[in-house]
Amino acid sequence: MSDLESTSEGGTALLDPPDHFDDLFASERLDPARPLTASRQLRRRQIFSRAMESTQTAAALLAVAMLAFVVYSVASRGASVLSFEFLTAGPPAIEETAGGGIGPMIVGTATLVGIATVIAMPIGILAALYMTEFASRRAARLLRMVLDLLFGVPSIVLALFVFELIVAGKSESGFAGSFALAIIMLPLVARASQETLLLVPQGLRDAAAALGVSHWRALRGVVLPSALGGIITGTVLALARAAGESAPLIILSAVFSRTVNFNIFSEATPNIPVYIYKASTAANPYGWARAWGAAFVLLLFILIVNIGARALHARGRRKMAR
Amino acid sequence: MSTEVTDAPSTPRQRVRIQTGEREDLGAREPANGTAPALAGAGQAKPAARETIFDVRDISVSYGASTAIAGVSLKVPRHLITALIGPSGCGKSTFLRCLNRMNDTVPGFGLTGQILYHGNDLYAPRVDPVEVRRRIGMVFQRPNPLPKSIYDNVAWAPRNLGMKANLDERVERALRGAALWEEVKDRLKQSAFGLSGGQQQRLCIARAIAIEPDVLLLDEPASALDPIATASIEELMLNLKHRFTIVIVTHNMQQAARIADRTAFFSLEVSAGKRTGALVEYDETSTIFTRPKDPRTGDYVTGRFG
Repeated sequence: MSDLESTSEGGTALLDPPDHFDDLFASERLDPARPLTASRQLRRRQIFSRAMESTQTAAALLAVAMLAFVVYSVASRGASVLSFEFLTAGPPAIEETAGGGIGPMIVGTATLVGIATVIAMPIGILAALYMTEFASRRAARLLRMVLDLLFGVPSIVLALFVFELIVAGKSESGFAGSFALAIIMLPLVARASQETLLLVPQGLRDAAAALGVSHWRALRGVVLPSALGGIITGTVLALARAAGESAPLIILSAVFSRTVNFNIFSEATPNIPVYIYKASTAANPYGWARAWGAAFVLLLFILIVNIGARALHARGRRKMAR
Repeated sequence: MSTEVTDAPSTPRQRVRIQTGEREDLGAREPANGTAPALAGAGQAKPAARETIFDVRDISVSYGASTAIAGVSLKVPRHLITALIGPSGCGKSTFLRCLNRMNDTVPGFGLTGQILYHGNDLYAPRVDPVEVRRRIGMVFQRPNPLPKSIYDNVAWAPRNLGMKANLDERVERALRGAALWEEVKDRLKQSAFGLSGGQQQRLCIARAIAIEPDVLLLDEPASALDPIATASIEELMLNLKHRFTIVIVTHNMQQAARIADRTAFFSLEVSAGKRTGALVEYDETSTIFTRPKDPRTGDYVTGRFG
């Protein structure tokens, strides 16, 4: 800058800067020997920085507080209901009494989510393998977009679709519910698997390829084992998401049932989300208590699964980074 | 054990055809300089002429719109070490990866010209790249052991290729071949990641030779290693060349001078603003380093550029 200024004045620029240059910027000149305390301008900016920092911290704390508040309110009402009987027994024959439990609903939710996982996991992993290993870039991008769109489809819309496909003209069934949950899980499993597969170092793929081993065997023997941790984590997170999903189940598997029922193809399967919905909307304080208890059980399950999956994921990453 | 190692399917007749082929020039520029063809001349006292493993005929490689190397022709003889040297970006690694079709999966990769391997066109339509790599192994710049035990690193490929008989013996032989056995024989079940960089690279070499390939391609195998590990890898090369044909890319000229029988010098040609790798000179290593025919080779090997 100073060079430009001086050359435009027409002097022998670089060698001796003109004297008036000093005058021009005299007020802004820096005195290097001045004490190293903040200038007035810097002080002003630092106050603003600190104000912004506190606002951001407050927003972050609010998010944390939200979770804490939800957990606290569910726990304070639900924890007192929790007992061995609550976890194993069915609801009382007459709803308007105390006691009883949600055993059949826990078993039912586990069944529904288990079947959904069995459907969604292999399809999700294979789709992810297709995207990362076989598809052209364009096809992979397209499939990725489709999966993201599928993830964005509201679950109630999926529920109507499955209702039309499986339930209409027949009866509500646990399988219909599982099928809808599988559709919800599929994009989560596929995208999580894809992200992990992309993290497998190219060097490993090269190593396997250079040994003259077929593509599938290289995938099975080297790439998939390296990605397994992330794939399982993604599946478990998807499973936790599906376990709390209520909209499809209200439409597809809502007929009230008090007993453990594995007849998934012809009968509705009792499950926690629908039970919470039904018990909390009926004018029955005993039912409300059980609903809180069921909510607490569901929340605990999801928290534990999430934290566990993330711990597993962190371990997997460490292993891969080694 | 050896039943699996069916060699290249070329018949003796085909091999003869290659040897008496019309193109006797080693490097692209040699005939222009009016010297005798180096393959037949230049101190090859023992056999009349070595069998040609790779006969590369005027290949050019492009990635999308940019040309990586152009007009490269050379012949790689059997059981010798052929070094590819040159400044970075000159396409020597690209060339090496063409020899076992490792570039196939690179987006936009295109190749013109011909690479004959034992007389068979490597890029013929019915050639299976997996079969190519089963015969032409490769070791990479950075050691890339599989996330498995030391034993399984070596045993994985033989297992997958159906070479399951005497697997323990095969693993031991490969590790001995890579001069690693004594160091790892007591911890074969431990993770390969526990080895040092030089040990990992020798493990990768053991892994490559465990399936008894015909050719070993090495892409700057010692560039990530310290001098002691480098020395052990170089010594290993000199032992391995009795069993395998070796082509090695190195940016280290001294390394080429120490171990290679033949050296090919690649350089960057700039024309019309585009930079393309080209083969400048290919000859006996001693010739390249002491009496290069092309002044650019001389400038490079004496350290005047690159």
